[in-house]
Amino acid sequence: MTATTTPPDTSSPYAELKAPTTARRLLTAPTTGPLVALLLACAFFSLSTDQFLTGGNFSLIVQQVMVVGTLAIGQTLIILTAGIDLSCGAVMAFGSIMIAKMAAEGSLPPLAAIALGLVVCGGFGLLNGLLVQKIPLPPFIVTLGMLNVAFALTHIYSEEQTVTNLPGPLTALGQTFPLGGTDITYGSLVTIALFLLFAYALSSTGWGRHVYALGNSPEAARLNGIRTSRLTIGVYTVAGVLYGIAALLLISRTGVGDPQAGQTDNLDSITAVVLGGTSLFGGRGSVLGTFIGVLIVGVFRNGLQLMGVASIYQTLITGVLVILAVTVDQLSRKKAR
Amino acid sequence: MSRTTRLSSSLLRTAAVAGVAALTLTACGSGSGSGSASAGSDSGEVKVGLITKTDTNPFFVKMKEGAEKAAKSEGVELMTAAGKFDGDNAGQVTAIENMVAAGVKGILITPSDSKAIVPAIEKAKAKGVLVIALDTPTEPESAVDALFATDNLKAGELIGEYAKAAMKGKTAKIAALDLAPGVSVGVQRHNGFLKGFGATDDDVVCAQDTGGDQAKGQTAMENCLQKEPDINVVYTINEPAALGAYTALKAKGREKDVLIVSVDGGCTGTEAVKDGTIAATSQQYPLKMASEGVKAVVTYAKDGKKASGYTDTGVTLITDKAQDGVTSKDTAYGLENCWG
Repeated sequence: MTATTTPPDTSSPYAELKAPTTARRLLTAPTTGPLVALLLACAFFSLSTDQFLTGGNFSLIVQQVMVVGTLAIGQTLIILTAGIDLSCGAVMAFGSIMIAKMAAEGSLPPLAAIALGLVVCGGFGLLNGLLVQKIPLPPFIVTLGMLNVAFALTHIYSEEQTVTNLPGPLTALGQTFPLGGTDITYGSLVTIALFLLFAYALSSTGWGRHVYALGNSPEAARLNGIRTSRLTIGVYTVAGVLYGIAALLLISRTGVGDPQAGQTDNLDSITAVVLGGTSLFGGRGSVLGTFIGVLIVGVFRNGLQLMGVASIYQTLITGVLVILAVTVDQLSRKKAR
Repeated sequence: MSRTTRLSSSLLRTAAVAGVAALTLTACGSGSGSGSASAGSDSGEVKVGLITKTDTNPFFVKMKEGAEKAAKSEGVELMTAAGKFDGDNAGQVTAIENMVAAGVKGILITPSDSKAIVPAIEKAKAKGVLVIALDTPTEPESAVDALFATDNLKAGELIGEYAKAAMKGKTAKIAALDLAPGVSVGVQRHNGFLKGFGATDDDVVCAQDTGGDQAKGQTAMENCLQKEPDINVVYTINEPAALGAYTALKAKGREKDVLIVSVDGGCTGTEAVKDGTIAATSQQYPLKMASEGVKAVVTYAKDGKKASGYTDTGVTLITDKAQDGVTSKDTAYGLENCWG
């Protein structure tokens, strides 16, 4: 239970800056509620339908949430700095149409097209970060503008056409391999690996603690010697690259480059972050929580569908869950003060 | 101090979650209660999936109603799903996967993206699921087992012929309020109209996309009138766009001397034909598409016979100002058969 490294800001009056260890966060922190919700939902759907509790179905759920999940990692990083990113879905759509078109119709080899897509998405993130940090503008406004920019560029660049006949490497992550009688997609593994990587980075590296510190109080973080400007721009850029990876996962999953993609994914990623117990006011939360949040949405959608409940109920329930999650966050903050 | 608040906050969360679980139970209970089968009972009952573009468009609401009725009378279980918005391909892919996992015998789908949905449909077909496209064909059309839809070219032709007759030889200045670029339904209706009218795209003085939305239809018409004040024929992709166009024309005092024609045959639209806002509309039959689809799945489940090819679900010209040489029915018939 003792912290192995001391955060650089223990002397500050902001108690929450103290970074808990991974174990402690898992046991007590905001992840507990979402985890219980996920388990309850799973138990409920297992009892209600015969098809829910199978390996194949769980593999399917992870596969279905991998795109929003990867976006939500980037969203979590940004929300932890007390920002928000409304452009993530649109940036991903642009990345996906770019990768698909460059490889299928352009002259680029598939791997170069993928690399280009990651760089371009990272570029969008960098631009978001610069505008938020250097001018500075509110993240909500910057990313709202960028949402429209990326959306329009997607439609201009694609000429409203879906790109088909993708070369093999672009859809490789959508392929499956058998594991214990069920089929797992490679993309699911990529998503899970990314979640683990960022969970580690946030809980056990100096960078991670700085992100939390920045979200709690940029001024205190700056006074404690954190280079907040560089950190903020870096977080937005890393998020952009993650959207590029999500773009690749998206085309591998659907097998096409779709200019209409991602239109509600920005809100879906925020939903996942909030359900996972990360505070929209920054500084509190974790990517593991977000993973659970993503799974909650996926499990509800899949389970209700298996039960034969119309999709509008999924929307209803997701809405109620989000309001409850934010309410709980607000109430617990009030008590903490 | 912070420890205890952390703990109590997690307790609070748990309590909240339990509340939601209870709510979910109730919602699910009422949802499946109104359906044809009790949820989760695996009695070997045939399951049919219906995936529409959205949950909210009255056209799809009617489609769902037709499917529900047919499912009830055939004694099969109907599962429904929809995209979050028109064009939500990923949402439809997820719905297909979930329905296949639930063990449906057949899926009826109105594709949001004719091309992008194809790989997912092929995966479902590979697992022995019959897939029928309703209303909108896939690209290529052969990606599905069968297509039950309105002949959209014919729907356009009917209102084109009608408009030609109604103009009685006057020179036409046509505005076209279209759907969206590259969407086959819109292209076919547009081309059908021109064919029926005996016109070409050169005769269209103003063409705008509306997404089939009333507000966008109004804006489009306002801009068209700004560009060409003497427009006298307005082709519209559907009745919401037509009603938007009417509002714009009325603001300019032009509503009496401009002919508006449309396609769809929704109840609001048919009422608008009755009160003279729209001159004529081509009525299509979503309820029939869905009920025929359900029946085809039942046939497949019973004797393994797959529906194939294109089935025209019919289209009727509805107007109260019939023109010589153009076959039509009046709004009384239209209102009896309208949807929405």
